[in-house]
Amino acid sequence: MIEFTFWDIVRNLLLAARWTVLLSLAAFIGGGIVGMIVLFFRIAKNKWSRRVASGYIALFQGTPLLMQLFLMFFGLPMLGLRIEPWTAAALGLTFFASAYLAEIWRSGVAALPLGQWDAGASLGLHYLQELRLIILPQAFSITRAPTVGFLVQLIKSTALTSIIGFEELVRTSNAINNATFEPFKVYGLVALIFFVMCFPLTQYARRLEKQAAAR
Amino acid sequence: MAFGWLPGALGDIAHGAATTILLIAVTTLAGTLLSILGAAGRRNGPVLLKRAIACYVEVMRNTPFLVQLFFIFFGLPSLGVRLDPLLAAMLAMTLNMAAYTIEIVGAGLDAVPGGQTEAALALGLRPRQVFVKIVLPQALKIIYPALTSQIVIMMLESAVVSQIAVRELTYEADMLQARTFRSFETYFVVTLVYLALSMALRRLLMSGGRRALGAGVS
Repeated sequence: MIEFTFWDIVRNLLLAARWTVLLSLAAFIGGGIVGMIVLFFRIAKNKWSRRVASGYIALFQGTPLLMQLFLMFFGLPMLGLRIEPWTAAALGLTFFASAYLAEIWRSGVAALPLGQWDAGASLGLHYLQELRLIILPQAFSITRAPTVGFLVQLIKSTALTSIIGFEELVRTSNAINNATFEPFKVYGLVALIFFVMCFPLTQYARRLEKQAAAR
Repeated sequence: MAFGWLPGALGDIAHGAATTILLIAVTTLAGTLLSILGAAGRRNGPVLLKRAIACYVEVMRNTPFLVQLFFIFFGLPSLGVRLDPLLAAMLAMTLNMAAYTIEIVGAGLDAVPGGQTEAALALGLRPRQVFVKIVLPQALKIIYPALTSQIVIMMLESAVVSQIAVRELTYEADMLQARTFRSFETYFVVTLVYLALSMALRRLLMSGGRRALGAGVS
């Protein structure tokens, strides 16, 4: 039997935390890209496009992330795609993030005075130029705090991918716990690692919020 | 896609859904109560209590619920506290929800104008009466929509407690798919059940809130 010292546990957990960070980044970037597309549909002039987009958002906000991950993990193979836990986790979290980010950014677009659109139009900008030059930069800037807040939520959500078999922090900690029988120490350390990742971001979001309130 | 297994599985799904509803009902009541105490303590308690509550909120909000659940269910027994899975799930959910709702309730308490407290004190109410009868009802009315969202989020989060073998909706889905080998269809049906539950819960809370707290709850 292998003996685990305290440092062995810490080292293994930190190595596994790489995957948590990587998955969070992949899902945040992927979710940002897909979320932009959803946002375009959500604020489009066409009524049906808006309805489809809000249905998409409601679907992801109204079902558990765990179910979304299971459907991704078991559903994609039915379409004939061979899928690894890593792909299912990244795709599942990407779609999950896209719905939340689209909704956050939409609230930013909705918060802008309508005069901004009129002013853009009167300058002779067409719809896409208006979005790119006037609306979206302002919408992103006023929703920076909730976007960072959502990143914290996303990092915490990566813990669920352990359930579909992705080897991130929590899954590794389960394996270590099964070898060492020291759940108090192991899960305490895992919580600490997550805290160290999330707390600075939470503080940053809080600072952004204060700045926004002061403006 | 095949749904031939569905009629025979309805009982299990209903049973699982009932457990999920039980979990969220207990969590809502205990979590709201705890967060009222927490928010009040954070504003009016001694300095040490204020700090302790602030720490608690930060720790819970910056760690995943799954890890908190494992810590409570697997970690606490080494301190001599052994909990049955259902109880551990209720405890973890309540503690997790309270961390979020302490902030929400606190924001509501701050939003009630100070003149309300002064007026009530001038009328001769004792401080506790002022809090319970004057400030709290107004605060709850202000934060009710945010509280509702948090309760719905908690209901969706409760899917995770299947991991410590609480026989709720997700656990029943895990068992069903192991029996039927129809993983996608099983999770698809259960996802729809969750969607219906979250929509019904939101509607129920909104109409219930309107009745209990009066008009103005949107």
